[in-house]
Amino acid sequence: MPDGGRHPMIELRAVGRRFGTDPPVDALLDVTVEVRPGDWLAIVGPSGSGKSTLLNVLGLLDAPTAGTYRLDGIDVAGLSDAQRAGLRSRAIGFIFQSFHLIAHRSVLENVALSDVYRKSPRRHRSERAAAALAKVGLSERADFLPTRLSGGERQRAAIARAIMGEPHVLLCDEPTGNLDSRTTGAIMDLFADLHRGGLTVVMITHDAEVAERASRQVRIVDGRLTEFR
Amino acid sequence: MSRIGSALGGLRGRRLPQPSTWPPQHGNDALVGPSGMSASDLVNEAMAGLFARPGRMGLTVLGTVIGLAALVATLGLSRTAGNRVVGRFDALAATEIRVSRATTGTTGGGAVPWDAPARLERLNGVVAAGNVSTVDVGALQVSTSPISDPAHQTEFTFSVQAASPGLYRAVRSTLRSGRYPDEGHSIRADRVAVLGVSTAAKLGISQLNQLPAIRIGDQVYVVIGILDSVARQPELLSAVIIPEGTARKEFRLTGPEFVLTETKIGATNLIARQIPLALRPESPTSLKVAAPPQPQRARELAKNDLNLLFLMLGGVSLLVGAIGIANVTLVSVMERTGEIGLRRALGAGRRHIALQFLLESAAMGFVGGILGASLGTLVVVGVSAYQSWTPVLDPLVPFAAPVVGALVGLVSGTYPALRAAGMEPVEALRSGT
Repeated sequence: MPDGGRHPMIELRAVGRRFGTDPPVDALLDVTVEVRPGDWLAIVGPSGSGKSTLLNVLGLLDAPTAGTYRLDGIDVAGLSDAQRAGLRSRAIGFIFQSFHLIAHRSVLENVALSDVYRKSPRRHRSERAAAALAKVGLSERADFLPTRLSGGERQRAAIARAIMGEPHVLLCDEPTGNLDSRTTGAIMDLFADLHRGGLTVVMITHDAEVAERASRQVRIVDGRLTEFR
Repeated sequence: MSRIGSALGGLRGRRLPQPSTWPPQHGNDALVGPSGMSASDLVNEAMAGLFARPGRMGLTVLGTVIGLAALVATLGLSRTAGNRVVGRFDALAATEIRVSRATTGTTGGGAVPWDAPARLERLNGVVAAGNVSTVDVGALQVSTSPISDPAHQTEFTFSVQAASPGLYRAVRSTLRSGRYPDEGHSIRADRVAVLGVSTAAKLGISQLNQLPAIRIGDQVYVVIGILDSVARQPELLSAVIIPEGTARKEFRLTGPEFVLTETKIGATNLIARQIPLALRPESPTSLKVAAPPQPQRARELAKNDLNLLFLMLGGVSLLVGAIGIANVTLVSVMERTGEIGLRRALGAGRRHIALQFLLESAAMGFVGGILGASLGTLVVVGVSAYQSWTPVLDPLVPFAAPVVGALVGLVSGTYPALRAAGMEPVEALRSGT
């Protein structure tokens, strides 16, 4: 877990991400932002503004073409592909708009999957997955297949998977984009609980109400970041 | 528990030189370092992926099953058939050599010397040898009584054969009653005869304690034995057999027609080469030596006839099976793009993705191999049972089949696995759900 704020959890310095060459497109331009441990940052912006690119960079799924990115003090530019994968498995929890649950595996197996690439022993894995499910209030659905769950339940399962490994930061890509407003409220309450428990959360959204719940908001337009609140 | 190490470590992995400031001043060594996956987790994930669609998996392995079943059945049946041919030859024909006068021979009668059996029995590997000749008795008939009975047929036309004493052993004859003539009968040209079992029946002779006699023309011969069976020269059973010396004296037999030799198993080749020199050192080409076809050749013939077509069939089926596995694995990779993206986001390295898909396709091939080997073995046993053959199958074949199947699966899974490993996680997450 984060250590009392000796350094930022996320530290972007003049980060840019350029795609293509003819002509080059800058999806991110001179982005500088810090996220302290325990922060809840919402990134808002219209579609095509560079939100997803920023989240991919933060999640080590994409590498910046300019600037520096330190995750929990580690300069990720010096890491190999495999090391980035390792860092992803240990430090980052992902929440996706489309949940990304594997359809033919039970909810419990889907949650436990986050442990598979972490070099952790299989012993007590189911217990820890069950504990994560209990945290999101989905214990009674552990043996269900994801196809039998409602949208809100699916997202709860995905959140359980993300928090099972006790990540340093939770990266959420439109986590309520596929949910109705009532379910959205419940999921946001869950994020608020996790945040109160000390988890660092970074969330992309185009929903102003969802962004309101965050402790801090930034806006991104045409790849440039502006402090919003 | 072994870790899946660097088997595919170099797979598109970007190994950048690490900056001199690394590790960073804050020091967080436990966080950095490649992700890992235990072998049991890898197997677990691959099996879960495989059995997500059991029906599709079943159809996919069908090609491998058919291919390997055809290969196992072909190898087993050719061995079985080869074994059968050899077995039949070994019994009698493979130990028999007939030596007669070459049809193009220059010398007149007597190409086969009278003492041929004695000369041949000195050769190592000869079990027994005997001369046999058809005696030209002209119009003479064989009868049991000097009186012609108009009511019953008392005179018969039988083949009269002259035999040296060793012949009876060489044809593996058995006696119903009496004894075989010996060397003395031949030397003294005694008028004795051995009757074949059907000859004796026709002449009405069933026992010998009354010293029955027959007439060949006007000459009286004492019957001293009745043959019950022979393994070679079945015509002896319907003939009157007299000693060779008697035939020379009474019927002017000029020389043995042929000499029949029984050898030990496997000695025929050697003996057949030695015979002309042993019998006619001065003119070996005047003899015709008839040795049996070689058992090895029979085995090879059976192999050539049966194998090629079926091996090709098996190979083609296996190829089709491999293409099937490659196709289905590729489709599966495309379908599971989202899952691949998710796994990468959860920390899977490219090699973990590649290994999982490789294992899935190898497992499909392995299962196909087990089923194919079982099916092929059943075919071998079934065909053998139907043909009353003894099934022969190299035990290595059914055990090698799953290994071959797994290799086929591994090879066919390579391209799809590389495709899966090569996917960019961002793209995979975006395009798949």
